[in-house]
Amino acid sequence: MKREAMEFDVVIVGAGPAGLSAAIRLMQQAQEKAQELMVCVVEKGSEVGAHTLSGAVLEPRALNELFPDWKDRGAPLHTPVSQDEIYLFTGPEDAKKIPNGLVPKTMHNDGNFVVSVGNLCRWLAEQAETLGVEIFPGFAAAEILFDADGAVKGIATGDMGVGEDGQHKDSYMPGMELHAKYTVFAEGCRGHLGKQLMERFELDKDADPQHYGIGIKELWDIDPAKHQPGLVIHGGGWPLDKETNGGSFLYHAENNQVVLGLIVDLSYSNPYVSPFEEMQRMKHHPVFKQYLEGGKRVSYGARAIAKGGFNALPKMHFPGGLLVGCDAGTLNFAKIKGTHTAMKSGIVSAETIFFAIDQGGLDLAAYAEAFEASWAYDELYRSRNFGPAMHKFGTLMGGAFNYVDQNWFKGKLPFTLRDRTSDYAQLKPAAESNKIDYPKPDGVISFDKLSSVFLSSTNHEEDQPCHLKLKNPSIPLERNLPLFDEPAQRYCPAGVYEVVDEESGGKRFQINAQNCLHCKTCDIKDPSQNITWVAPEGAGGPNYPNM
Amino acid sequence: MKILVSVKRVVDFNVKVRVKPDGTGVDLGNVKMAMNPFCEIAVEEGVRLKEQGIADEVVVVSIGPKACQEQIRTAMALGADRGIQIETDQELDSLAVAKLLAKVVEEEQPGLVILGKQSIDSDNNQTGQMLGALTGMPQGTFASEVNLVEGKVEVTREVDGGLQTLSLNLPAIVTTDLRLNEPRYASLPNFMKAKRKPLDTKSPADFGVDISPRLKTLKVEPPAERQAGIIVGSVDELVEKLKNEAKVI
Ligand SMILES: Cc1cc2nc3c(=O)[nH]c(=O)nc-3n(C[C@H](O)[C@H](O)[C@H](O)COP(=O)(O)OP(=O)(O)OC[C@H]3O[C@@H](n4cnc5c(N)ncnc54)[C@H](O)[C@@H]3O)c2cc1C
Ligand code: SF4
Repeated sequence: MKREAMEFDVVIVGAGPAGLSAAIRLMQQAQEKAQELMVCVVEKGSEVGAHTLSGAVLEPRALNELFPDWKDRGAPLHTPVSQDEIYLFTGPEDAKKIPNGLVPKTMHNDGNFVVSVGNLCRWLAEQAETLGVEIFPGFAAAEILFDADGAVKGIATGDMGVGEDGQHKDSYMPGMELHAKYTVFAEGCRGHLGKQLMERFELDKDADPQHYGIGIKELWDIDPAKHQPGLVIHGGGWPLDKETNGGSFLYHAENNQVVLGLIVDLSYSNPYVSPFEEMQRMKHHPVFKQYLEGGKRVSYGARAIAKGGFNALPKMHFPGGLLVGCDAGTLNFAKIKGTHTAMKSGIVSAETIFFAIDQGGLDLAAYAEAFEASWAYDELYRSRNFGPAMHKFGTLMGGAFNYVDQNWFKGKLPFTLRDRTSDYAQLKPAAESNKIDYPKPDGVISFDKLSSVFLSSTNHEEDQPCHLKLKNPSIPLERNLPLFDEPAQRYCPAGVYEVVDEESGGKRFQINAQNCLHCKTCDIKDPSQNITWVAPEGAGGPNYPNM
Repeated sequence: MKILVSVKRVVDFNVKVRVKPDGTGVDLGNVKMAMNPFCEIAVEEGVRLKEQGIADEVVVVSIGPKACQEQIRTAMALGADRGIQIETDQELDSLAVAKLLAKVVEEEQPGLVILGKQSIDSDNNQTGQMLGALTGMPQGTFASEVNLVEGKVEVTREVDGGLQTLSLNLPAIVTTDLRLNEPRYASLPNFMKAKRKPLDTKSPADFGVDISPRLKTLKVEPPAERQAGIIVGSVDELVEKLKNEAKVI
């Protein structure tokens, strides 16, 4: 069967904050000028929000620009931040609360809201559909399409109904080609098409390597008596050791729920680190436990976060399209916030594209200038030293540097720290590393991986080709195992990768792809860069609620 | 011939459901919803009969809150021709649903009504049968095969101990079992077309049907959690535990 093709003005890949903001801004301009515009958004999750996982404390700046009347439109921003607390955890029982005066400015949250970015996206999608955007959840963009001159001319959705052996099943349905004047890639952190675009157009040639973290998050119903809507807690230090950077959070949202999580920088060097188990033991610290006791865990999930910021920002335009949001890496790590900057980059992309269409099809080089002129870019510039300082000086001294940088110099210190080693290249051999003895979960506050993945409502059609591709299938056992004790067993937050003892005495590398949470950590951290994440059959993956 | 298919909006089968802390029901806040899988099979069967030239129209009906229009649109993307939504935010007993469907049957005069044998949320397995009683139409429940031959419908049913084949006069009611067919994927252009297919919205009052509940939910409780197992060190220890702790031998 040949693939059918459909024509649009703009095709957007990914219904996250960036993609939906782009779609909305395009249609708003079309309405203002009474022009017809065909815009479609494809989303790999079974519904908008199903794959969205964030914190989140939202800075509403971009939303204010998109919909000044968002309140009247019923946007799900119900919980203003009421109080900020920051801790330095010095041990499993100990913590120092940082006095307000010593907190870097970027960590203050006055005027911000505790939200579910999943629900924000669901709401944005409703607004977009009302404006006439076609949104197709359950369809993953699997392939980039190029025209004869090598410019991007759209994407193709994946085939459905292909068996594990590659044969077509009875339900086989070939993918669709979606052609567009311009294609916007808004896949979020480590987009798998974005990665191909970077290579093909050498977009990151002049940038530092991107740096990442893995965020592991849970949603809890807690005892109403302990609930303080709008209380926002951040922490650094324990459970992570001195060589491992990261930070913890706990936010009191609405409806007696709290969200909490741990972000572990993927630049960690000890292959025995298990971000999942770090997060589980973190919850036993009194600062967290006090809220969780008597509560019940509702959901679990994980997602990588692109934290390289300004220094790692690639070129975002190429012939036929743009890269926006975390797909490019617009997150401000000094604030651990990326939603507002992702939205802003989407808005600016829509303005550039609308103008280009209006002028009869310009190239999109103007995007660079337009984005550089925006507040989002200015924010990233001022925070450029934050991540490298943490990497260079560790959490404590790095934190002090950032205080001085952000509060005294407003981010304008006349030098830039750089960090040029990719995260995957940071691992030390297992032989030179200490094993970490993680406590057993108690089944009340802490849990094992499988019962956690269960709460993400993750599902993939079982009979389909594995979406975690090994370039060389022998590397996990022949290189990664002897050298690093195959770290995939520990960094994957869903237990997808297992080294199994065979009855014959040998070992086998097993991939339980149906558990995959689409966090992209394996694609980032595999020390041999041997794992490539590709989009599975549409609608597969987690079914997150208000994450 | 016209085919009427009913579809229900339920919690997606992938979602791990939670009981509300106060025990009044299942927590549907922020939960992914989808078409009941048995209803999807019913839609597929209707669409196949149309593709075979046996039916000329497939009408899909759903009763529930405004959001169930999503499921009607999905059914239309799978190939149904038009939709009817009977809008109500009230929780419905099977009998109320059957009474409303009976009215739709009266209005639409379909040759065949296809329903799922049950919905995966309440698992009642009653609506099709009640509709049979209310309309006097013959019913073939738990169908694993449906054939239309010479003005009759032959329904192969999955019953205890084997398969039973019934021949029913039309108009008739069929409820679907899992093995009847494997529903197709809706394609992207069909999703777009579905947005433009006609969808009528009505209310229970339009049909003069009283939908006040006749059943009252007293309490909803999650099943007891399984205790973690232990690994015993020896056969002796096992025997000892079975005798003194479990007291089964
Ligand atoms: C643990 C954690 C905590 C965070 N806390 C905060 C916070 O407090 N405040 C804040 O502002 N930000 C926070 N962030 C960052 C924020 O979530 C991101 O910056 C933001 O979501 C980026 O938006 P995006 O639209 O670029 O990408 P995403 O939100 O990742 O959206 C991308 C969308 O594209 C879809 N997609 C991807 N590939 C394809 C494909 N090939 N085909 C079809 N669809 C595809 C995905 O399913 C997804 O829906 C946090 C992130 C994490 C992980
Ligand atoms: S397999 Fe890779 S992308 Fe999937 S959950 Fe594990 S680490 Fe994340």
